[in-house]
Amino acid sequence: MAYFLQQLINGLTLGSIYGLIAIGYTMVYGIIGMINFAHGEIYMIGAFISVITFLVLGELGISYIPLALVVVLLCTMVLTGVWGWTVERIAYRPLRGSFRLAPLISAIGMSIALQNGVQVSQGARVKPIQPIIQGGLTLFHQGDFDVVVSYLQIFILVLTVALMIGFTWLITRTSLGRQQRACEQDRTMAGLVGVNVDRTISMTFVMGAVLASVAGLMVTLQYGVIDFYIGFLAGMKAFTAAVLGGIGSLPGAMLGGLLIGLIESFWSAYFTIEYKDVATFGILVLVLIFRPTGLLGKPEVEKV
Amino acid sequence: MLEVRGVHTFYGQIEALKGIDVTVNEGEIVTLIGSNGAGKTTLLMTICGSPRAAKGTITFEGRDITRMPTHHLVGTGIAQSPEGRRIFPRMTVYENLQMGALRTDPKYFKQDLDMVYSLFPRLQERQEQRGGTLSGGEQQMLAIGRALMSRPRLLLLDEPSLGLAPMVVRQIFDVIKEINRRDKMTVFLVEQNAFHALKLAHRAYVMVNGVITLQGSGQELLANPEIRAAYLEGGSH
Ligand SMILES: Nc1ncnc2c1ncn2[C@@H]1O[C@H](COP(=O)(O)OP(=O)(O)O)[C@@H](O)[C@H]1O
Ligand SMILES: [Mg+2]
Repeated sequence: MAYFLQQLINGLTLGSIYGLIAIGYTMVYGIIGMINFAHGEIYMIGAFISVITFLVLGELGISYIPLALVVVLLCTMVLTGVWGWTVERIAYRPLRGSFRLAPLISAIGMSIALQNGVQVSQGARVKPIQPIIQGGLTLFHQGDFDVVVSYLQIFILVLTVALMIGFTWLITRTSLGRQQRACEQDRTMAGLVGVNVDRTISMTFVMGAVLASVAGLMVTLQYGVIDFYIGFLAGMKAFTAAVLGGIGSLPGAMLGGLLIGLIESFWSAYFTIEYKDVATFGILVLVLIFRPTGLLGKPEVEKV
Repeated sequence: MLEVRGVHTFYGQIEALKGIDVTVNEGEIVTLIGSNGAGKTTLLMTICGSPRAAKGTITFEGRDITRMPTHHLVGTGIAQSPEGRRIFPRMTVYENLQMGALRTDPKYFKQDLDMVYSLFPRLQERQEQRGGTLSGGEQQMLAIGRALMSRPRLLLLDEPSLGLAPMVVRQIFDVIKEINRRDKMTVFLVEQNAFHALKLAHRAYVMVNGVITLQGSGQELLANPEIRAAYLEGGSH
């Protein structure tokens, strides 16, 4: 029981990170019907920006942790958001209205370019960073096993919940959110009522990038090391999460992320850690056989 | 008020509009009739810049809008209830109306909402329902209501009667007449249901294969034997 609970906590934490990345895939797919293969790299860039900001703050002698966290969070979100915006402007917008595969190919190119760009500018070695949030709470003991939730896990879970509340409010209650949904449901009609469709698509990339950047920050804090290649596997997992939850569905992306986090952590705990990715993708295949639109997905809508 | 001069529009190689001239004066209801595929929808969409006219000019209240970005158009005072209604299906009725008011000063919102609800009380009853779950008639009411929320001076209506029961059609045409009389709203109405449209209209145009072939007052066209044969006989009312 205690062991189970510990895996639940670990799985939810990991799942939060996947879920935050998955939202970017699902939103971009929802609005322009394209898988943004460069999204994993945006997350990787977010992680790098967070590391760099931590190092800069360290140089400046700012050692009060809560302040440092807030500054790093804001810098990471803003700077990665700008990256998301830029990628859309230079790699996808010029191809809008072109044949269907063009933006996809451009996305793959963008992904390689960003990876290699970071490799060249930051070096290929892993970037370590000192642990920032240490310690934890022991929830209870059972026999000789302690169920521990680290302060870092609490930070990740609370931040994820806060972001989800803010994001849900943005999408369901604000004019920007309505414009975003309008473009997703009928782009031509959105234009007729006065929505600036291009700007709204840009904003969608920015929102996805901002959420992914927070995931990047979380991974930096969690593992303490990052490299230019982390975007690939995390991107694959998050994309899987988006498909599992039902691509195009925002709650689905978060649900898919949590499920994949849980599957991974339970599989690693009870079976073998080597095959956790096989388990993840195996379950994706099973779900898609029985529910081709994913868990919360709506029937396929063709975007033109 | 609206002047379309020598407009050509293409879909790839296909020329859907072949030099259209249409004028709509302030305060009028002008109708455009024509059979399926004539290019009526293309003309209304071209006025809104989607697709864009390849040749010719479109002016509204003296201002050249031929190249204006589509999303700026609603700000000039033109609103469209498009073919097929194009309700945002996963938004509530209320949210759809909010979308209509996107580019309008928020201080008018409450008053405009009340006005739309008084024209179409059904929409108020369905306020929290998703657009996609409404009946065809309710969706049409919502499409017109959404257009009215932008306080247009020119209302473009594309086949508002399509697929609706006669009673609903009458209700919708009554509303069109009322907003024209009471609010002095100018209306450009595209219809295949020629009988109702010609009765309502001050002036009318007939389009065949991307060309305007006839124009005149609604009464004249109603009496025209060619029109009767082509668009009225066969019980389109
Ligand atoms: N999106 C489109 N792509 C290609 N051809 C189109 C498109 N929309 C309409 N057309 C063609 O343009 C012509 C005019 O269509 P339309 O304006 O819809 O006519 P109407 O509204 O009078 O029925 C038709 O021949 C139609 O097939
Ligand atoms: Mg039509």
